[in-house]
Amino acid sequence: MTRKLPALTADNRAFWQGGATGQLQMHHCAACARFFQPPSPICPRCLSQEVGPRAVSGRGKVVTYTVNHQPWRPDLKEPFVIAIVELAEQKGLQFVTDIVGIDPDQVTIGMPVRVRFEHVEDVWIPLFERAA
Amino acid sequence: MMVDRIYEKDVAITGIGQSEVRRPSDKSAMQLTIDACLEAIADAGLTRDDIDGISCWPGDNNNGDSFSPVGPNALIGTLGLKVNWYGGGYEGPGPLAGVINGAMAIAAGLCRHVLVFRTITEATRRQTDKGASALTNKTVGRDSSASWQWYTPFNVLSGVNLMAMYAQRHFHEYGTTSEQLAQIALTCRANAALNPKAIYRTPLTMDDYMASRMISTPLRMLDCDVHCDASTAIILSRTDAARDLPNPPVRIEAIGAALHQPWSWDQIDLTAMATRDAADMMWSRTDVKPSEVGTAQLYDGFSILTMMWIEALRLCPRGESGRFVEGGRRIALDGTLPVNTNGGQLSGGRTHGLGYVHEACTQLWQRGGARQVAPHQVSVVASGGGPLAGSLLLVRD
Repeated sequence: MTRKLPALTADNRAFWQGGATGQLQMHHCAACARFFQPPSPICPRCLSQEVGPRAVSGRGKVVTYTVNHQPWRPDLKEPFVIAIVELAEQKGLQFVTDIVGIDPDQVTIGMPVRVRFEHVEDVWIPLFERAA
Repeated sequence: MMVDRIYEKDVAITGIGQSEVRRPSDKSAMQLTIDACLEAIADAGLTRDDIDGISCWPGDNNNGDSFSPVGPNALIGTLGLKVNWYGGGYEGPGPLAGVINGAMAIAAGLCRHVLVFRTITEATRRQTDKGASALTNKTVGRDSSASWQWYTPFNVLSGVNLMAMYAQRHFHEYGTTSEQLAQIALTCRANAALNPKAIYRTPLTMDDYMASRMISTPLRMLDCDVHCDASTAIILSRTDAARDLPNPPVRIEAIGAALHQPWSWDQIDLTAMATRDAADMMWSRTDVKPSEVGTAQLYDGFSILTMMWIEALRLCPRGESGRFVEGGRRIALDGTLPVNTNGGQLSGGRTHGLGYVHEACTQLWQRGGARQVAPHQVSVVASGGGPLAGSLLLVRD
């Protein structure tokens, strides 16, 4: 499947290129000792600018998902699974992604997952697969 | 929130207008807009020269894009208006932002009579490009949007995928079922059958709903609204300038426009979105109670959003909208809480936001014809999904 790629900036580069070294990088606030998403130059909680990317385990669970059946574009292969995954590091640390390598009917809320990167040009898209 | 005065109470709706609602229309976007606006001005008992403000959401969204091809800039010259204030733009509390901004302009003393309009020509656009509204088309080349770049790389190409995830989570947390969700679509279709302007008027059964093509689980085709070409307009007037006009003023009793979460589709409350922020603000600004609501005109761009608005507006307890709408009796025209009395956007047509205000006034003024509900004084209008949320409490004294 082809994917639209994000325009890279100083703020989002670590998230979209972390996969180059096999690690998911999430923005972290040193003052709060908490992660936040999406990455930005300032912590939305305490407004500290002592923030930056930090590697996480890449493990998490499915918070919710949908199986897309609609053929939006000829190059897509339906059905495919879009999900919101919450990372193991922190409650509420979550983002939209795709669940891959599994029969869509097998995906459930709460299912443990681990990151797997899809490399396109200079972007490593963090997708997730079922974890043991 | 501590407020010494609720300024929106100085504002009333005094007239409404709407073009034909077609799929597609032969008329230009500007012709549709003029049809709606002239009807609204005349309905209010005013003339062009009385209009001193104009407001729209989102305005000319993107150089004539079918989502909103006509904005205030173009209409000022076209109608020869002399305005003291005008405004549009996407960044606001959802499709009711034009009404909210216009009301604020009047409350601030900038204007006496504001023309609020909303034009959409998505039906025509989709005849030549079915993917016209794909989220990936919002940016050229790489996705540079602060918001959409977090979704398009994962092939979230339509808002339906996001709404479907909210629905799935609602099903998981509260036991909501497809049969319950179906009642939004079935109710809208039953109401649309009594609305001569509605796009889809043929009867719909539960079997039809369940057989409807799955778009993005658990949402089916019949959970998604129907594109149309249309324009809707209303006139907002300062209450002291509304008294001598022909229609009984429909006062803006309270506005809900709050967003206490990020403007995001995945960093928000997944089973309430921003609806609760807006609704809580609205109820904090009035002594009217949810039990007094005569009709509820609630956003149904996707059926699950109507369910979440019912909960957010305290029309039923949180998580219980499925059981509340089950069987459809409560939300029918003769039920305790008639919802989307003109067929909503699911069957009436995706007039996108302002259509709900038009219908609320139609019912408050008892012009509903075959779909008219029992006489009532209070209507609630709410619009938006995800981080977009705005609501209006309307009262006919």
